[in-house]
Amino acid sequence: MPQRLVILGGGTGGTIMANRLRKHYGADELTITVVDRDDTHVYQPGLLFVPFGHVHVGDIVRPRHRQLHHHIDFREDEVSAVDIEAQTVSLAGGDTLDYDVLVIATGARLLPDETEGLTDAGWMERIFTFYTPEGAAALAEALARFDGGRVVVNVVDLPIKCPVAPLEFSFLADAYFTERGIRDKVELTYVTPLDGAFTKPVASATLSSMLGDKGIELVTEFNTGSVDGDGGRIVSWDEREVPFDLLVTIPLHGGAEYVGRSPGLGDELDFVPADEHTLQSKAKPNIFVIGDASNLPASKAGSVTHFEGEVLTENVRRFLAGEELDGSYDGHANCFIETGFGKALLIDFNYETEPLPGHFPAKVGMPLLKNSRLNHLGKLMFESVYWHALLPGRDVPGIAAAMPTSGKEHPDDDAPDAATDA
Amino acid sequence: MPTATYAGTDVTVNDEGFFEDPTQWTEAMAPELAAGEGIDTLTDRHWEVIRFMRSEYDAKGTGPTVRILGKTSGVPVKELYQLFPKGPAKQAAKVAGIPKPRGCI
Ligand SMILES: Cc1cc2nc3c(=O)[nH]c(=O)nc-3n(C[C@H](O)[C@H](O)[C@H](O)COP(=O)(O)OP(=O)(O)OC[C@H]3O[C@@H](n4cnc5c(N)ncnc54)[C@H](O)[C@@H]3O)c2cc1C
Repeated sequence: MPQRLVILGGGTGGTIMANRLRKHYGADELTITVVDRDDTHVYQPGLLFVPFGHVHVGDIVRPRHRQLHHHIDFREDEVSAVDIEAQTVSLAGGDTLDYDVLVIATGARLLPDETEGLTDAGWMERIFTFYTPEGAAALAEALARFDGGRVVVNVVDLPIKCPVAPLEFSFLADAYFTERGIRDKVELTYVTPLDGAFTKPVASATLSSMLGDKGIELVTEFNTGSVDGDGGRIVSWDEREVPFDLLVTIPLHGGAEYVGRSPGLGDELDFVPADEHTLQSKAKPNIFVIGDASNLPASKAGSVTHFEGEVLTENVRRFLAGEELDGSYDGHANCFIETGFGKALLIDFNYETEPLPGHFPAKVGMPLLKNSRLNHLGKLMFESVYWHALLPGRDVPGIAAAMPTSGKEHPDDDAPDAATDA
Repeated sequence: MPTATYAGTDVTVNDEGFFEDPTQWTEAMAPELAAGEGIDTLTDRHWEVIRFMRSEYDAKGTGPTVRILGKTSGVPVKELYQLFPKGPAKQAAKVAGIPKPRGCI
């Protein structure tokens, strides 16, 4: 009898895991079932470019089942609950799946309704999010019509997917309005609950000063309590206000709804607690978590999902063989940050090491935490790497799960000042 | 590592005044810690939040965020801000003698 692997979610992490494990086992050793509620795989990093008309939603979606290798059973259905004791998954369509090993890859869910007023007056008229394909497309139309006024980019609270994306949006908006010749008629404001532009000090200083250079006002420690679409203002819990004509919101995130309906599986926000290094869930030894669905203190990013995939493939194999798990996931994340006008920064970090200047992956390579055209080309090239190497489960040359250290300049070894270097 | 004195006892704190070792904290220290945050009187509702912070820290090794406080402490976010006006997660952590809540990434 083959053992049964069920993967919940057929996005970045679910697809990587299914394809990598399929290569490893014959169909008579392991059956692999992937469940997703739809058959539309979105290349989410591409959503950033949709509002500016550089990319159309149709360009960044492909059928999910086509990204999966042969002998992977794709089920298009909504997961409605997991019974971790009985080892079963129930689907909204009425079926039940039994598993020996379960991989949770259902990502993060947007919760705009949890912020008072956000989805009331003005939603999808003067209030948008580019985190969904519909939102990004509607924002593209609104921006095309926009000829001046206050544009506010607001991160309601963390965690969010790709924490640099709202900053990238702001930089690209600056470039977009400049290219349209109306930058002087637009007031751009970036409003964050953090005490700087980013979570980690060195990168935060660099990015905060880049906002300043581009004339984007930075409002920090703003915990959004409510949104007044009619009055055009966001209001913080401590009663500060930021007025807007156009609001670009990054709504609250949580885990998938079924997690909350599955006793013992998730936390207060429906994320699934897991070991930081092995990715085994805290709920049961035969449940593993990959990507945005976990509660790990790592970025919710595709690069993280990809690096986790390498360690998790090995751990599912070890678990099935009854061996001790590999605890080598180090929190590695690697993100391009688009800064407009054909340039980008690259940051590379893990649980222990914050993003530092230097080069990636070694002393000769792409510049880290520094604006360059090469990084922008890297970001654009990444879409093809995503469909053709990352999802099929091929190793991407030069990019490994463990964070490289040789090209990084540590603050104590005489690093150039990141802020002035940028 | 800096030290500070509360209720007549020396404790270890970080640069921002958060406790490094929560076992050094006693309830008798809370009023002084609160005063340092501009909170003159600790009401029963303050204490509810302070005790909740302690038990969350014991269970999870980090203080909760405002969003989780609002969902699980029994005190709505609006009221949390009335009790701890400069940010409930940080201020309540400080008064409750637990380390600064781990930032999100
Ligand atoms: C605007 C934007 C820009 C980004 N830019 C970058 C970037 O530049 N670099 C980077 O590394 N990352 C970026 N990311 C983040 C990246 O896309 C995600 O971190 C990554 O896709 C996470 O993979 P995942 O498998 O965890 O989740 P996903 O790929 O989101 O997959 C989750 C899947 O689960 C399915 N699902 C959820 N609930 C259920 C259910 N109940 N039943 C059935 N199916 C369900 C969903 O349909 C979905 O297909 C960006 C994200 C956004 C939104």
